[in-house]
Amino acid sequence: MSAERTTRYGLRTLALAYLGALLFVPVGLVLYRTFQPGIVEVWASITTPAAVHAFQLTMMVTLIAVPLNTVLGILAALVIVRGRFRGKAFLDMLIDLPFAISPIVVGLSLIFVYGRTGWFGSALANAGIQIIFSWPGIVLATIFVTLPFVVREVAPVLREVGTEQEQAAATLGASSWQTFRRVTLPAIRWGVAYGVVLSTARAIGEFGAVSVVSGHIAGQTETLTLLVEQRFQNFNIAGAYAASALLAVIALGTLLAMTLIKPRKEHA
Amino acid sequence: MSTPAVIEAGSTGGRRSRARRASEGTPAVVRPGRLSIGIVTLWLSLIVLLPLAAVVAKSLDDGVGAFWTAVSGRQAVAALRFTLIVSLIVTAINALAGTLIAWVLVRDEFRGKRAINALIDLPFALPTIVAGITLLALYGNSSPLGIDVAYTQVAVAFALLFVTLPFVVRSVQPVLLELDREMEEAATSLGASGWTTFRRIVLPNLVPAILGGCALAFARAVGEFGSVVLISGNIPFQTQVASVFVYKQLEGDAPVSAAAVSVVLLLLSLAVLLGIRGLARLGARHER
Repeated sequence: MSAERTTRYGLRTLALAYLGALLFVPVGLVLYRTFQPGIVEVWASITTPAAVHAFQLTMMVTLIAVPLNTVLGILAALVIVRGRFRGKAFLDMLIDLPFAISPIVVGLSLIFVYGRTGWFGSALANAGIQIIFSWPGIVLATIFVTLPFVVREVAPVLREVGTEQEQAAATLGASSWQTFRRVTLPAIRWGVAYGVVLSTARAIGEFGAVSVVSGHIAGQTETLTLLVEQRFQNFNIAGAYAASALLAVIALGTLLAMTLIKPRKEHA
Repeated sequence: MSTPAVIEAGSTGGRRSRARRASEGTPAVVRPGRLSIGIVTLWLSLIVLLPLAAVVAKSLDDGVGAFWTAVSGRQAVAALRFTLIVSLIVTAINALAGTLIAWVLVRDEFRGKRAINALIDLPFALPTIVAGITLLALYGNSSPLGIDVAYTQVAVAFALLFVTLPFVVRSVQPVLLELDREMEEAATSLGASGWTTFRRIVLPNLVPAILGGCALAFARAVGEFGSVVLISGNIPFQTQVASVFVYKQLEGDAPVSAAAVSVVLLLLSLAVLLGIRGLARLGARHER
């Protein structure tokens, strides 16, 4: 019995030490160093005009990318789970690609389509539309990297709930849209919510893809994560920590939301 | 977070869809029509397929010879090789550490376990650039421990371990939770030691989940940029990873070279995705 106990404590210590060294201590240290000079300094650092603009831009991009990916994500999940057509496996694969692709490749690819020398470059220039090194490029990059989350959370729930209740609704005379709104949507709502939380976190936190297409114009195309990098590169470590702490608080909020939604999602 | 979902997508689809097809007498459930399929196809083509096609096209802009010159350049090869090796090492460490952490979170009981369980997902929620700064604080030149590994290959491995931490844990955890304890109890009652029981009874059941988590961690490590860019110092032939190489090529106005190395990364991503699907299919067959 005591040997088993020793093993248990040993494994626990090992796991916690690994997590501590890699995760808890570094994050704790950054938060400590951020708030050591005082909350007033931190507040001043995250309310400079550049920081406020970066925050607003990040929120705007998130508010465009996440709702689009939510609506189309639910539709895509329905198509993948219930549709029967040729090329479905290919579509299914396309949905997973953004998870597996380097964010740098994502940014690069957008430049080759919408950049000055890209496929649509001259057409866009003639129309006076700028996508790369402007906010639409950041939005496109964010949509790309957050595309799979809602689909991948909703699809398994759709499979799980099946179609019996929908058939009952249809038998009672409900139209397709009514059935979707009154039966399907309530059944998948926690899966959707979980996907939205994950998409939002990724949209706010995306760095690589956005970095390539943004052009890093301070006060114009600088998102929060780009602000962190720019401050760090300019040896404004305290400023970089303050912006990082803001993002870390958002991340902790995300974890809280995930913890609250997960049990509901699983016992839907 | 999406680990089980990705694997699940391939594994149970076949069986369930057959069951569904059998009960398809009644019409008018919510079924995607041609319009929905068209919209989704258009959306995915526009957002994902078109840009990726542009990368492939760009990499061949100056012909196959130029493509080959770009990917076989000394610096490109060094970056790709380092990326592959460090990603494999990180994946192997994840297989061990991830399984261990999943085991402790499922089978052990201690105070604060629920909080730690929730915090496992922190690397997914925390922006990668913040992850890099975080690691630099503890393991950089201002380290309170006096451990300064910044701008070394070890630092790159640390960054990749940080961002890939949740994959194996989150893919093994649900399997371990569902595992029937009776077999283990039988093995123990027959005199098997704890280690033997784990190796012979538990581990074989976990292998598909470990491999699935490893595949996702590997794909993530190969393409990682944000957490690595500051901590690696980007020293060519030493700490420069493939994604940073691509970024520098683009900055240095060598788009064809950037595209060529990107195509190599793309092919790796595709191979991993196909591998995961194959694995899931294998697992589903095994289950039956």
